[in-house]
Amino acid sequence: MKGPPSAARQGLATCHGCGLLARAGHGHAIRCPRCGTPLHGRKPESIARTWAFILAAAILYIPANLLPIMETSSLFGSQKDTIMSGVVYLWRSGSWHLALVVFIASILVPMAKLLALVVLVVSVQLRSRWQPVQRTQLYRLVELVGRWSMLDVYVVTLLVALVQLDALATIRPGAGALAFGAVVVLTMFAAMSFDPRLIWDSMEKDDA
Amino acid sequence: MAMAEQPLIACHECDLLQREPHLPQGGVARCRRCGATLFHSHPQSTERALACTLGALLLFLVANVFPIVSLKLSGDVVQATLLGAAQVMYRDDMRLVAGLVLATTFAAPLAQMLAMTYLLLPACFRRRPPHAELVFRTMTLVQPWGMVEVFVLGILVSLVKLAHLAIVVPGIALWSFAGVMMLMAATAAAFDPRDLWTRLGPPR
Repeated sequence: MKGPPSAARQGLATCHGCGLLARAGHGHAIRCPRCGTPLHGRKPESIARTWAFILAAAILYIPANLLPIMETSSLFGSQKDTIMSGVVYLWRSGSWHLALVVFIASILVPMAKLLALVVLVVSVQLRSRWQPVQRTQLYRLVELVGRWSMLDVYVVTLLVALVQLDALATIRPGAGALAFGAVVVLTMFAAMSFDPRLIWDSMEKDDA
Repeated sequence: MAMAEQPLIACHECDLLQREPHLPQGGVARCRRCGATLFHSHPQSTERALACTLGALLLFLVANVFPIVSLKLSGDVVQATLLGAAQVMYRDDMRLVAGLVLATTFAAPLAQMLAMTYLLLPACFRRRPPHAELVFRTMTLVQPWGMVEVFVLGILVSLVKLAHLAIVVPGIALWSFAGVMMLMAATAAAFDPRDLWTRLGPPR
């Protein structure tokens, strides 16, 4: 049985700017006739770029969780907070629902996102035919959910700006905040470089 | 470009080539292989998106002028605006983080709203503004980096964390940011690039 036609097989490419279906060419000179975005049948060097961003994010994930994201100094001494200790604090102070939100956004999501991207890239590299619809949905979820990890960066920024009560308490940002922001940005780049159409390409090549 | 009576469309997620379905108003077309949303048709999508963008732009102005939260402690009042908070981070030798916060909560949303207005306002009168292609391309590039909705959640978490320390007074900007968040979501839901390009007409 012959597989369903993909646009790339017919020499067509969808513009990822405006969605126009246009005749694809070779090389980088071809641009969408409607909005001018460079046209590619597939995102260029998708696998290599995604791996690079995944690795960089995974390395920075370690200091992001180990280094303090902020430092509180008050009359009772100073205290360094990592992301996890912030979650624990919220949990102990009775706001377990917020603790859950922060835990999901800051710890679970970045880790799950990295794992999901590894699964997607490896499955494409192995030309896996396993559950393409579910894998496409997984990709959609990764793209949707990744941005919420910025939560802790915003919380630190607001706390640092507000708690400047010289004698009583002062909060300063820690190096962990920088590493954490970098993880979020790098995983977003990783998700953007991955091309979900590669999942479906391996389905078709076997049919042909 | 010779097209059949019902034009072809390729799914942007799995690249399946298929005929465009006829859509009733307000309907959504999905890819028949992977289920991705291909396009939707809203009546007057361009006018709706423009109205929501203008509303969001106005609230965004308010959100950046007034304080987000004030902290009251033994007679002292500390206030924070978005730009002020980024400034404090910058002074505390966290320039990259300050830049990241500014880019995602200020620059990207503002650029997106301005670009939307630039394209949608003339489109309502079936005019094509100069450099429409460039503005559209920049807008799609910038869009994933606007994170107003995450920032609003960040404000709420900060409020809870501060509540034990002092009296926390939510400011006007908190409500304004929440409004910006909802109006930008409404813009994204109404916006239909297909309708936009039809209305902008062929390039000059």
